[in-house]
Amino acid sequence: MNDRGGPAVCAEGLRKRYGGTNALDGLDLHIPRGTVHGLLGPNGAGKTTAVRALATLLRFEGGRALVAGLDVARDPHGVRRRIGLAGQYAALDEGLTGRQNLELFGRLFRLGGRRARLRAAELLEHFGLADAGGKGVAEYSGGMRRRLDLAASLILAPDVLFLDEPTTGLDPRARGEVWDTVRTLVSEGTTVLLTTQYLDEADRLATRVTVIDRGRAIADDTPEGLKNRVGGDRIEVVVAEAEDLGRVAGIVARVAGPGAGPETDEEGRRVHAPVSDRVTALTEVARTLRDERIRVEDIGLRRPSLDDVFLRLTGHRAEVA
Amino acid sequence: MATGTITGTAARSSVDLGVPQVDRSHERLYWVLADCWNVVRRDLLHYRRLPVLILWRLGFPMVSVLLYGFVFGSAMRVPGGGDYREFLMPGMFASTMAFGFMNTATAVVTDTARGVTDRFRSMPMSSSAVCSGRGLADLTVAVAELAILALTALAIGWRSDGGLVDTVAAFGLLLLLRFSLIWVGVWCGLVVPNEEAAGGLYAVVFPLTMISSVFVAPSLMPAWLAPVAAWNPVSSTVQATRELFGNPGAGGGTWVEQHAVLMAVVWPLVITAVFLPLAVRRFQRLSR
Ligand SMILES: Nc1ncnc2c1ncn2[C@@H]1O[C@H](COP(=O)(O)OP(=O)(O)OP(=O)(O)O)[C@@H](O)[C@H]1O
Ligand SMILES: [Mg+2]
Repeated sequence: MNDRGGPAVCAEGLRKRYGGTNALDGLDLHIPRGTVHGLLGPNGAGKTTAVRALATLLRFEGGRALVAGLDVARDPHGVRRRIGLAGQYAALDEGLTGRQNLELFGRLFRLGGRRARLRAAELLEHFGLADAGGKGVAEYSGGMRRRLDLAASLILAPDVLFLDEPTTGLDPRARGEVWDTVRTLVSEGTTVLLTTQYLDEADRLATRVTVIDRGRAIADDTPEGLKNRVGGDRIEVVVAEAEDLGRVAGIVARVAGPGAGPETDEEGRRVHAPVSDRVTALTEVARTLRDERIRVEDIGLRRPSLDDVFLRLTGHRAEVA
Repeated sequence: MATGTITGTAARSSVDLGVPQVDRSHERLYWVLADCWNVVRRDLLHYRRLPVLILWRLGFPMVSVLLYGFVFGSAMRVPGGGDYREFLMPGMFASTMAFGFMNTATAVVTDTARGVTDRFRSMPMSSSAVCSGRGLADLTVAVAELAILALTALAIGWRSDGGLVDTVAAFGLLLLLRFSLIWVGVWCGLVVPNEEAAGGLYAVVFPLTMISSVFVAPSLMPAWLAPVAAWNPVSSTVQATRELFGNPGAGGGTWVEQHAVLMAVVWPLVITAVFLPLAVRRFQRLSR
């Protein structure tokens, strides 16, 4: 498909200012071909800005970016031939049917009328929208729109696909479908850059993850590596009476992983600690709590969230933008 | 639904998601025109899917014709005498063209707000086609609007007493006004932040069409308002078409009214000269 070697995306020191905010503050990204790369960050971290810059929609003020081997600033037209983009919100013409949307974009990708029609039919079929193809997009559910939007970004079978929060707002089934599509695409050689706010999503899909904060990469690692940094799964106990917190912390400490004691959150009457053997830890703590007759409101295992990753990497909580 | 999920399609997908061939057998200019046509075609598809859309758009002038022509008509005076409905129709044509600006602005803001404009911009299509296609589509719709409106006018007794050339020239001037307002519409559509705010543009267009010679001759307005109405670009088109159609109310006491045909050409050219570059620059600034 593309004989140029080298990475699918290579960005160095991307900068973009909006008024007083540095939306991108020297962002570096390096994505090998045929992989899924997660761009993980809280609201306002600069994920959308990064995607828009790489997808030729936004001129950046500093740095250099190569996508599919082509310079984004110098050859945007060439880059556009090799990328697909599904933005944070489905970009569809509500006044047309699903099929008409795909045909329109196919024609504008310069496939010609006949091939645009064939391509639209293929994609509708692939995305399970063949039956809904004749319906107006205005009647589509959120999940159907997402799928159609994704289909539209695949019209040219792109070398590099940008997906900006592709599963935000989807129900678990629709989310699973998007994940499957991404896996299929990657198995066929497409490189995917996917932004997300969910560590879980990055964990399931991405080969590597770049965590960004305030327009800058603060970590670049495998999902495993990231989770290990925050200590993997955590056990969490919420007690009924605040005075039990100390005793519970003692109990939890016995199952906590080495070198990571329990943390106590007085306000939430909560004790939590990283654990390695999930099930043993849970049963162990539950039994001890019952034996000692400590009244508990909630007990459970929690996967590390983006918040935890954040806290660990930056020492501050993610600010809500 | 056999293909309800994507799961399990991996085996087929190498066929499904094969690389489609981009057609590269043509010259650059061919593609610029083809892109433009595809943008136009897309807009026309909206009307094919929902033909009542065009009736909605004509709702305002049609209701106005009925209200002004039949309800107030008998109380309205035409300077120099003549039938008020005959006087009114050129005004209706021109105000429909003026209000058409809202269609452009709304279409542009909708595309931008919903990300369709960005999708176009991320594709290897000609970027000028996004705007030129928009303009051409709006002109095509304007022709349809004028045709329907003219037929309605004929049905209620309006006639053009001008010759064929004058009549065609009058419709040409109406389309010229619409053409110039396309660029105002594109610019406004790119400037307003969202679809709701675009609705507020009515507050601008409504007085613009009312304070003109559309419904009432400026000479019958208060002295401070008359010159505003007379110099309104919409008025020039209205007066010029009255003249060319041979309808009552043409001419007037002021210079601008006496040179209506000239001004009906000059105004749109000035508007285009100002707003076309503004619109293009605004479009280019989307990448800021
Ligand atoms: N058009 C704009 N004008 C002004 N500021 C902007 C604009 N776009 C983004 N910003 C600012 O740039 C920063 C990064 O925004 P961006 O949309 O890239 O974040 P994000 O990571 O995609 O967030 P979210 O998860 O909310 O989508 C934010 O502080 C935002 O307020
Ligand atoms: Mg975003």
